[in-house]
Amino acid sequence: MTGDFIIETSGLTKEFKGFYAVADVDLRVRRHSIHALIGPNGAGKTTCFNLLTKFLSPSAGKIWFNGKDITQAKPAAIARQGMVRSFQISAVFGHLTVLENVRVALQRVEGTSFHFWRAGTSLEHLNARAEELIGAVGIAEYRDIPAGELSYGRKRALEIATTLALDPEMLLLDEPMAGMGTEDIKRTAELIKRVSANRTILMVEHNLSVVADLSDTITVLKLGRVLTEGSYAEISDNPEVVEAYMGSGHGAEGHG
Amino acid sequence: MTSVYPPSIKPSPQRLLILCLLALFIAAPFAVYPVFLMKGLCFALFAAAFNLLLGYVGLLSFGHAMFFGFSAYITTHAAKEWGWTPETAILLGVLTAGVMGVVTGWLAIRRSGIYFAMVTLAFSQMMFFVALQAPFTHGEDGIQGVPRGHLFGLFDLGDNVVMYYFVLAVFTGSLMLIHRIVTSPFGQVLKAIRDNEPRAISLGYEVERYKLLAFTLSAALSGLAGSLKALVFQLVSLTDVHWHMSGEVVLMPLLGGVGTVFGPAMGAFMIVAIQDYFSEAGSWVTIIQGVIFVVCVLLFRNGVLGVLAPALKKRGIMV
Repeated sequence: MTGDFIIETSGLTKEFKGFYAVADVDLRVRRHSIHALIGPNGAGKTTCFNLLTKFLSPSAGKIWFNGKDITQAKPAAIARQGMVRSFQISAVFGHLTVLENVRVALQRVEGTSFHFWRAGTSLEHLNARAEELIGAVGIAEYRDIPAGELSYGRKRALEIATTLALDPEMLLLDEPMAGMGTEDIKRTAELIKRVSANRTILMVEHNLSVVADLSDTITVLKLGRVLTEGSYAEISDNPEVVEAYMGSGHGAEGHG
Repeated sequence: MTSVYPPSIKPSPQRLLILCLLALFIAAPFAVYPVFLMKGLCFALFAAAFNLLLGYVGLLSFGHAMFFGFSAYITTHAAKEWGWTPETAILLGVLTAGVMGVVTGWLAIRRSGIYFAMVTLAFSQMMFFVALQAPFTHGEDGIQGVPRGHLFGLFDLGDNVVMYYFVLAVFTGSLMLIHRIVTSPFGQVLKAIRDNEPRAISLGYEVERYKLLAFTLSAALSGLAGSLKALVFQLVSLTDVHWHMSGEVVLMPLLGGVGTVFGPAMGAFMIVAIQDYFSEAGSWVTIIQGVIFVVCVLLFRNGVLGVLAPALKKRGIMV
């Protein structure tokens, strides 16, 4: 059933010693859409992410990716099936150069990653593709700089380039805009839109104007449960959402 | 800065420095006592093998004496009791250390930090007990009077100078191998795992397998160092599997520079030199060692080579 939905969960639950971080979530992500997961702090968005990418094991419930039950799969296996995640805290390999960061992602499919006797120069044929990717996110000039020395926004750009190097079918972005300035946000939003062609994106994001701008579907979580789901227009009209999200009478607009 | 030379034949300052060092080591036995040099080389190899794990995977093992010592026991037993040639006896020791590495590593790499250190320490204490009790290790006596034999049936290793060149050749080859490992595609993944393990997982790498391979390679090379050392001194004793040995090999890379290929070797020579040249000082040796260690860690957090690195890099000697 590789139908409309690329990801489906049923009754997804994660319990931490009596506390339900995620409770009975039925999530369905439509293929080739941008789907946002929003909600106030502690709503279980990141836990949900960790469950989907198998960094956490669910206490109950099932997860299907492309119609395949992945509830018991290992995180590395998920990535190899084409579902790649990013992290809330920018995740780069600090001591590797920008180019090497992207190349680490590219080299996996080469099948030589266990070849400890092979010269490092055997990876150089991947440089052109890696340069293309870092060019696409606008950090080509930092090619030979250790990634740890990049500014925050550029680290995030590098992270996206590294993720795209795997050419994933499905991208999970955990707060891609966190800690970015307005200029970087605009560029990253454009980038996400650009890469969403032929891909599915599920993202957690606090910046509601970004969410409004990019998302086809929005799922609102509250205390680990799904509050509602729909387009931005639909959910922003929902008084429950406004209350849950803002905790007061203010509109959801303008939060950033 | 484009060069007219293709990179492979560019006469880089780094290559020149290594060639100079090699020339120095080739000439050294005529000026310095060869057994001291051999001891230094064996420990330098041990430290470099250990650093493969500490510097490139970020795992601090506290049980590497088991690979070093057990490989030494197997090699000396094969050479003395079975009359094996040195190269086959060493090979058997290295294989044993490698197999031990797979088994202990398979369990230890599931933990990190202090827990990893404790699991490796526990295994090495178990192996210490085996060395104490097993009949072939001769307990407190150790295995003594081990014949060095003839290398490939041709070269009489009984001669200290011949033995020295054999040790130097094995050392050079092993360091080249380690350099190759850390710059290989595999080495790239190791560094990625060291820098950010969850990210490496999210890129689809099964990090346990990479750690296990690194652990096994480190164990086998540590075994090689132990076997060589046993043949140099023609004996193996409980000192070689004792946890003191596991501790000493932690100090060496820290002194010389973790995460570099040559730093640990440098640290090893420093420790061996202190032990040998200050040996009249008796128990003061450990105090001197301790003071130097504290000073080094406080002043040069990246080891002695780490301090020299910026200057060397500027001159293009280090990459």
